[in-house]
Amino acid sequence: MTARIGVVTFPGSLDDGDAARAVRIAGAEPVRLWHGDPQLHGVDAVVLPGGFSYGDYLRCGAIARFAPVMETIVDAARGGLPVLGICNGFQILCEAHLLPGALTRNQHLHFRNRDQILRIEAVGTAWTNAFQPGQEVLIPVKNGEGCYVADPATLDRLEAEGRVVARYLGGNPNGSQRDIAAITNEAGNVVGIMPHPEHAVEALTGPSLDGLGFFTSVLKHLVGAPA
Amino acid sequence: MPRVVVDVMLKPEILDPQGQAVANALPRLGVSDVASVRIGRRIEIEFTGEPDLDRAREIADKLLANPVIEDFTVRLVETDEPVDAHQ
Repeated sequence: MTARIGVVTFPGSLDDGDAARAVRIAGAEPVRLWHGDPQLHGVDAVVLPGGFSYGDYLRCGAIARFAPVMETIVDAARGGLPVLGICNGFQILCEAHLLPGALTRNQHLHFRNRDQILRIEAVGTAWTNAFQPGQEVLIPVKNGEGCYVADPATLDRLEAEGRVVARYLGGNPNGSQRDIAAITNEAGNVVGIMPHPEHAVEALTGPSLDGLGFFTSVLKHLVGAPA
Repeated sequence: MPRVVVDVMLKPEILDPQGQAVANALPRLGVSDVASVRIGRRIEIEFTGEPDLDRAREIADKLLANPVIEDFTVRLVETDEPVDAHQ
């Protein structure tokens, strides 16, 4: 049976179309979810896409966190539903306290848009089990508020528990502490990533096909294949 | 109507690049005696009934501020007190 992966659209979402396309290219069925509908329609996993939900008003992700669909997703994520937050989706996951820390204005204040090398460091998560430990991937980054911050104790815990999923290589694009580009929760089912794997899934439009691994990983995870 | 004013500031240990950019622009105005600038956000809340500071604190804690990176203060501003700081 084909896995059904939900992609949420908030007012101001930008990359929901590309996320759904990445899901389809990976071999799953994308299911569009609407911010105002609390039903998850039986999906097996959820992607929170990039963009500017609610105009980034107040703080990025702060208002999306209270959308009806998010209340259901937060409960389901605590129960083990795989959830991938990309860019604005990562910000929403932090605001919803599914992931620790916060994403703040890029240290240099510039919007950064470039192809970025990442090192995948945690391959036990629902979204990264298709990668090799230490594998380097090329994925577009595009953000204005992607500077990951957390208190030193939280950063130490993330490192000690192997929850830093990916780090920036070849230059930190936004000032993120310890070059962190992606993290996961304790259970490994929730992953937040600042760069955009959904933009690197086919040769015509992306710098590589490296992003596809995130979406094929969750399919492996859903059929219970060992990481 | 009395209003509740919530001031939200980045925690002291969180870098404030906006404040730094403003501070760096000041010499261009001929201002050279400013050591640092930090930028926060002020939110004014009007309740339908009596202003409720505890409720405002709850709103600030849950939505207006992100306790991971920000601190907030809550205070009451009386009806005829000018809310805007005019020169």
